[in-house]
Amino acid sequence: MNPIPPTGMIIPTEPGRHFRAGKFDFWSFFFSGLTGLATLLILAILAVLLGNIIINGWPNLSWHFVSTIPRKDFFDPATTGVLPMIIGTTIRVFVMTIFVLPIGVITAIYLTEYAPTDSMLTRIIRAAVNNLAGVPSIVFGLFGLGFFINFIGRNLDEFLQNPGPVWGQPAVLWASLTLAVMTLPVVIVATEESLKAIPLGLREASLALGATKLETICKVVLPQALPGIMTGGILAVSRAAGEVAPILFTGVAYYMASLPSKLSDQFMDLGYHVFVLSTQSPDIERTRPILYATVLVLLLLTFALNFVAILIRARVRKKLRALG
Amino acid sequence: MPENALPKLEVKTALAAASGNAAPLIEIKKLSLFYGQAQALKNISLSIRERVVTAFIGPSGCGKSTLLRCLNRMNDLIDGVRIEGSVRIGQHDIYAPDVDVIELRKRVGMVFQKSNPFPKSIYDNVAYGLRIQGVKNKSDLDAAVEQSLRGAALWDEVKDRLHTSALGLSGGQQQRLCIARAIAVKPEIVLMDEPASALDPIATARVEDLILELKRDFTIVIVTHNMQQATRISDDTAFFYMGELIEAGPTQKIFTNPRQKRTEDYVTGRFG
Repeated sequence: MNPIPPTGMIIPTEPGRHFRAGKFDFWSFFFSGLTGLATLLILAILAVLLGNIIINGWPNLSWHFVSTIPRKDFFDPATTGVLPMIIGTTIRVFVMTIFVLPIGVITAIYLTEYAPTDSMLTRIIRAAVNNLAGVPSIVFGLFGLGFFINFIGRNLDEFLQNPGPVWGQPAVLWASLTLAVMTLPVVIVATEESLKAIPLGLREASLALGATKLETICKVVLPQALPGIMTGGILAVSRAAGEVAPILFTGVAYYMASLPSKLSDQFMDLGYHVFVLSTQSPDIERTRPILYATVLVLLLLTFALNFVAILIRARVRKKLRALG
Repeated sequence: MPENALPKLEVKTALAAASGNAAPLIEIKKLSLFYGQAQALKNISLSIRERVVTAFIGPSGCGKSTLLRCLNRMNDLIDGVRIEGSVRIGQHDIYAPDVDVIELRKRVGMVFQKSNPFPKSIYDNVAYGLRIQGVKNKSDLDAAVEQSLRGAALWDEVKDRLHTSALGLSGGQQQRLCIARAIAVKPEIVLMDEPASALDPIATARVEDLILELKRDFTIVIVTHNMQQATRISDDTAFFYMGELIEAGPTQKIFTNPRQKRTEDYVTGRFG
């Protein structure tokens, strides 16, 4: 027998009903076009921004430029350099990371593992963290000045009986701490998310074997959450590297003849130097090439710091996948 | 609840008679459990014999898993759980205020429904509980890992890849690894919460064989949805319905000649 039924057996469609496309759906077309255009716009802005900086900055970039400590008059394109700014920005980002990661991770562990879910206190802490993320960065700068320098720094000087202000003045430590406070919500939220993603079954397995909560967190939960925590660190580094406002009152110097050598030293900073070059220059046309070059260096440094963090995270992930 | 009093007395006599063993290992007395306002377990009294397999059966939501998790106090982890009554293991009331929950869980191991090996090597999974207890000596650990894996009928399959990730094992192997991990700390009791429900029939058969092996050394309490499984592996069976213990006794009796109509309806598949 022929397995294909005769056409007569196929249930006929209703007259006038067919599956060909109906009339042109204007709104579907309009909306998909709109989303595409919006994406294109973002890409175009990014391309113009990066293109402009690279085209104008690259020719002015030289080994001399990135390896020279400039004289006080750093507006001269022929002799100036940005070595102290590269070092200053790098140091403040590293010191910030050292503070923000442990504090943020421990806070997130408290919130996800220990705090009673949905208690008033927990909700207040979460609201505080979220609000912290919304505070303008200049406010963090003022907070750093008031709290770290005027309160902690001055009292520290008094306690240590320093003859003059050592800690009670802007310093790389205070700038880094101010940035750490600013980026704390980023680390807390990223860590919380990665802790929440660890399956309950793994925690239960550990506890059922007679592990304490602390042992379970240290041996099972945290190793698994490490890549997520590092993502938080990467986001914090990205945010902090280019920030200028929080360090304005807390540690950045307009000019220093030597590199910072202690945490109580002030420092020069790439972002702030961009601001100085573009507003304080006696001859803006003459300074423009080094301004572009400085912006390019800032961009490259931010990418480099991110890249290092991403490399470390990739290694951790690989190790986790291979064993644990 | 006067209407409940009678069957419960019968339950205890039935189990004691079947065992011929005067002192049961686990003695649950008038246990009630509340999640906030909702009562999940209602005044349950049950004795569990040593070195036999006891199956908890009943429809979903009847409280059998909740009761199982009372036996190693895993319910402590859930906010808003309140427990009344007592659970004795040997001589100790495990809900007494001076009980060390960590110590309890070392004596009462657990295997979960969904296999949950740590994302570590096979070796590190099995050694986890021992390392927690402070065992550092490598030859001690090696011996315990081999013994546990042999005990879980997994040694021959994994002995050449002990230091590869446990996540590379098949589902059935992962569950047997979880059993090896649980028995590595030498508990007296092993609780199993539907340990084969996510496995295919072949893997299920292997786990069932393993359970029959394990009862020589351990007291096993298993929650199962699978009626045939209960008849195949358990010596005693307790049937739960809506948070109450309806009937308990030797498995053969529960399945062939139950006292209660609801038990009969359930084991014959008329509801559930």
